[in-house]
Amino acid sequence: MTITVHYFASLKETLGRSDDELSITDAITVRQVWQLANPEMPVPPNLLAAVNMEYVELDFLVADDDKVAFFPPVTGG
Amino acid sequence: MTVKIVEAAFDPWQALPAYQQSVSTLAGKFGATSVFVGTLRDFNEGDEINGMHLEHYPGMTEKQLEKIIANAQQQWRLLDVLVVHRVGAILPNEPIVLVAVWSSHRGDAFDASRFIMEALKSQAPFWKKEYLVKGGERWVLKNTDGYQL
Repeated sequence: MTITVHYFASLKETLGRSDDELSITDAITVRQVWQLANPEMPVPPNLLAAVNMEYVELDFLVADDDKVAFFPPVTGG
Repeated sequence: MTVKIVEAAFDPWQALPAYQQSVSTLAGKFGATSVFVGTLRDFNEGDEINGMHLEHYPGMTEKQLEKIIANAQQQWRLLDVLVVHRVGAILPNEPIVLVAVWSSHRGDAFDASRFIMEALKSQAPFWKKEYLVKGGERWVLKNTDGYQL
């Protein structure tokens, strides 16, 4: 299955890219999505995650065609 | 409810009556309007600021704001809610956010506007990068708690 990953704000700058596309065979969690896409970087503290634009915990299981987003704490308003 | 994400500078004191007049169901029904406007300061954490870039997650931003407003509508008796939020390049003294709540009575309007604003601060996917007068830029790491002095 295919998973699209989006990065925002300081995370996007640190990684030097805004998107990834992953092809995976087994169901994996959001944490594993991070580890697969960024094997060189441990999961950042305070990392926030969303799947299909809804907040999720890192142990949430992703499904085919899901859009996963990773970002730092939000600072709007 | 109406949620608007805007790239251009806006004047909340023009947007507010224009919106109110455009919603025919409000006429004669509201007794209270609570309005919050957040504006960019020219200082933060001991440094002078000469600008800011506000990034957001298009789609999720609107979805989360609508969810926050729907949550408020379940807790208080509200007639309508308007949220306008800037993104992109912002200068000091320019409004960043407008939250306006219309209700029959002030208690619902006051409480719901505070709730919406605090939830926006912690849940809506916006990120601020500040530009410093002394040079350089930095991401704002976290929002302050609105209930703490």
